[in-house]
Parts: sequence; structure tokens; C-alpha cells
Amino acid sequence: MTAIRNFFKTFLLWELLLGLRLTGRYLFARKITVQYPEEKTPMSPRFRGLHALRRYPNGEERCIACKLCEAVCPALAITIDSEQRADGTRRTTRYDIDLFKCIFCGFCEEACPVDSIVETHIFEYHFENRGEQIMNKDKLLAIGDRFEKEIAAARSADAVYR
Amino acid sequence: MFDWIMESFYSLPVVMQILFKITLIVAPLMLAVAYTTYAERKVIGYIQVRIGPNRVGPRGWLQPIADAVKLLTKEVIVPTNANRFLFLSAPVLAIAPALAAWAVIPFDDGMVLADINAGLLYLLALTSLGVYGIIIAGWASNSKYALLGALRSAAQIVSYEIAMGFALVGVIMAAGSLNVGEIVLAQQGSIYHWFLLPLFPLFLVYFISGVAETNRAPFDVAEGESEIVAGFHVEYSGMAFAVFFLAEYANMILISALTALLFFGGWLSPFEGLLPESVFAWPVLGWFLDSGVHWFLLKTAFFLFLFLWFRATFPRYRYDQIMRLGWKVLIPVTILWLFVLGVLVFLKVGPWFA
Repeated sequence: MTAIRNFFKTFLLWELLLGLRLTGRYLFARKITVQYPEEKTPMSPRFRGLHALRRYPNGEERCIACKLCEAVCPALAITIDSEQRADGTRRTTRYDIDLFKCIFCGFCEEACPVDSIVETHIFEYHFENRGEQIMNKDKLLAIGDRFEKEIAAARSADAVYR
Repeated sequence: MFDWIMESFYSLPVVMQILFKITLIVAPLMLAVAYTTYAERKVIGYIQVRIGPNRVGPRGWLQPIADAVKLLTKEVIVPTNANRFLFLSAPVLAIAPALAAWAVIPFDDGMVLADINAGLLYLLALTSLGVYGIIIAGWASNSKYALLGALRSAAQIVSYEIAMGFALVGVIMAAGSLNVGEIVLAQQGSIYHWFLLPLFPLFLVYFISGVAETNRAPFDVAEGESEIVAGFHVEYSGMAFAVFFLAEYANMILISALTALLFFGGWLSPFEGLLPESVFAWPVLGWFLDSGVHWFLLKTAFFLFLFLWFRATFPRYRYDQIMRLGWKVLIPVTILWLFVLGVLVFLKVGPWFA
């Protein structure tokens, strides 16, 4: 009996009509495409984008060259050299992040005892020449200086969950 | 003013007149083909809950123009081991029948380029001629994928040609004529006089084989991008590829137009015979409700939309399923219905055969 019913269902195109009904309904469904450059999706304060090195309010850089980020980095993207500065504190002389190696996992940010290395909400950037993907200390500090307000706001928004 | 234009038109040599008429058909047809590609991307996009092209021009209306310009400026690469002459003539062979078939399509009563009595035979001949372009393209490319695509396409079109021809035999039996204009006039009266009702199974068979004939989803094994890359036109690029593309869409429009003409009364209004005659005398609405070329275009657009809807809905048939459907389902159905039709005609049933 089911064999006969299936035969007629197929032969009379019933199943195909059901399929057409479904797609026909979706024709009038609300479209969910985000028109990207004009519209943007909401972004979490935990978003992990381009890296930055932060400073204390008095202008002193936070990084103490403890190399925890370098140790924790699963992609081995961070390279740090350090030296004792004239005032006796240990500081980095070199802080490179290779963005081609980086997987944006955020471990460096979590490992940092002084909240120096952070991942910002910046994700629209590009490189035009070979070598530009290596972010050195100057570039990272510059990003940190430029976006300090946003970085601090994102940290404080997320602080309650930490 | 109008008389003067017509007078000077008729004073031209006959060849010029015909060329002018051909331009009048082919130019809008090419525009329609271009915008069918746009419509396809929009419709499929909407069905997939996307928006589709909307960047070039307002709402993406210039997208087909941009596509055409892109393809025109690209290089036509001829593979080293390809047969150069056949390789370049294949796209022409594909598009020529698709355009030539429009010669016998009546847009309105008497509005036809060539009012020949064997119109339907001419159409059958030309629609099956289009496959030569595909076969030659596949063979001349000297590529395995292209050859496989051409083989599949040849087998498929041979199989579905029979069902299609039988479906048209039903139309001929019902109309008693091979002239496409007279077939439409035989459906005059009201919406119930259309051949849709007495020939309903044949309509389904015709449209299904029409989809198969144009190598459209779900019968697109000849292209089958997930199986054989792009089938017969893998090796084509630039304008040579674009011509295949144009041919496919021109064929789609042709099949839609033929379905509208043969089963849905062509330019006849569906309100004919239902509304009182006085309604058709109303200023603008009356003209719209009355029979005319706009009904033909609307019906064609509807079937064209069905093509796009099918493509967005159905997965591709497996090759053996295509053969099974063509030989073991469609052909028996048409033959059976031809017998039924013979009995109906013999008994002079209903408004159609009285």
C-alpha cells in the first residue's frame, strides 16, 4: 500500500510541489544579509582584533618584559628581547608580533600580569608590502595610544565577568 | 506622423524591412537575456534569504551591463590541442538556433516575423539543433570534462526530444494546425478554451522536457559543476563563454514563450469571455484586460520565473535517473495521453474539440 502511495506521490509531482512551496515561502522571508560597509554587526567587548601595547596614565609603558605572553603563545608569533633600563627597571627592546602567525586566541592578553598587551576591536586593516605584518613595539604602542579610550572601556565593560 | 513612418518603412527594400524587424526582435531579446541573469541571481538570492546583487547602479540594475563589459574585455583562450575552427564556431552554433527560433513566435495576432505553416516543425528542428553547439564545443575543446559534458548533453537531449515531440503532437491534434499563430487562435474563447485543461499532462511533460532541453537545473548534468567542473564549456573564456551563456538563457526564454503560446493561449487574455465586452472599452484598464502582447510577455515571464524557482529548489538528477524519467515516465505518459486525446477528439468533447 505504501509502495502505491509513494508511486503516486512521486508520479503526480507531489513531493516536488512540497519543495517548491517551501522555497516559495522563503522567497518572501525577511532577508538577513548585513550590508557590510554601511551596516555592522554588534561587537562584543571581548572581541579579539589587532594587538596593542598599553601605557599607564603617567605615560610609562606597562610592559615589564616578563615574556609570559611569548611563552603562552601557541603560534609562537611573539618575540621579545629585554634589557635593563637606566632607571633599573626591566623593559623590552624588541616586541614583535607576526600577524601571519597569530591566531588571535587572546592567550597573550590573559597571560599578561600588567594588562599591557591587549587585543583591540580593530579588524579592518591590511598590509601592502612584505614585512608589514610584523608589528613591532613602536607600532603596537602607537595603536595603544590611539585607542586607549576604547580599550579601557572594553576592559571595564568586561571586568564584571572576570 | 505615424502614417509617414509606416509609408517610408514600406518603401524600403524587403530585405531592409526584414532586417529591421529582426533587430526589433533580437535587441529586446538580448536585453531580456541580460536581465534574466540578473533576475536569476536576485530570485535565487531571495530564496536563500540573501539580497543578491545590489552594488552596481541603483539596486544592482546595472549588474548585467557590468558583467557583459567584464566578459567582453577578457581574453578568449583557445587551448593548444583544440580544433580552432570548431572551437570558435561552437558558440555560434549554440546561439544561432536559439535566436532563429524566434522568427515564428507570434507576439500578438499577426505580429510575427515569418508566418509559416510549418512553424512547429521549424521550432522542433531548431531547438534540437542547439545541441550541436554543445557537442561540438565538448569535442573541439579536446578536454575530458568537456567531452563528458557533451556526451551527457547529447544523450539527454535525444531522450527528451522524443517526449517533447510527442507533447507537441498533442498540441497539433488539438489545434489542427502547425502554424503557431493558428494554434493560439484555436484557444480563443475563454480561459477554459486554453489547451492547458485538455492537455494538462502534456503541458507538464513539455515543460519538464523543456527544462531538460535547456540543460537547466535539475537536469544540468551537462554542466554539473560539482561533478565535471563546467562540462562542455570548461575551456571557454571571455566572449566565447558569454555566447554560450546567452544561448542558454535565450533558450530558456524561448521555452517559456512556447509554453505560453501552446498551452496558455499566448497573447489571449485570461479574462476573455468571462468579463462582458464593454469592460474592454474602458480607458487604460480595459486595454490591460484585453488580449494583447502584454499577456504573452507576462505568461512568458511567469514560466521564466519557474525556471529560476526550480533551480533554487531541486538538487541535480543523477544521470541514470534522468534517463529513467525520460524514457520510462515521460514517453509512456505522452503516448497514453495521445490515445486519450484521440478519443476526446473523436467524441468531439467539451469546448475544445467541438
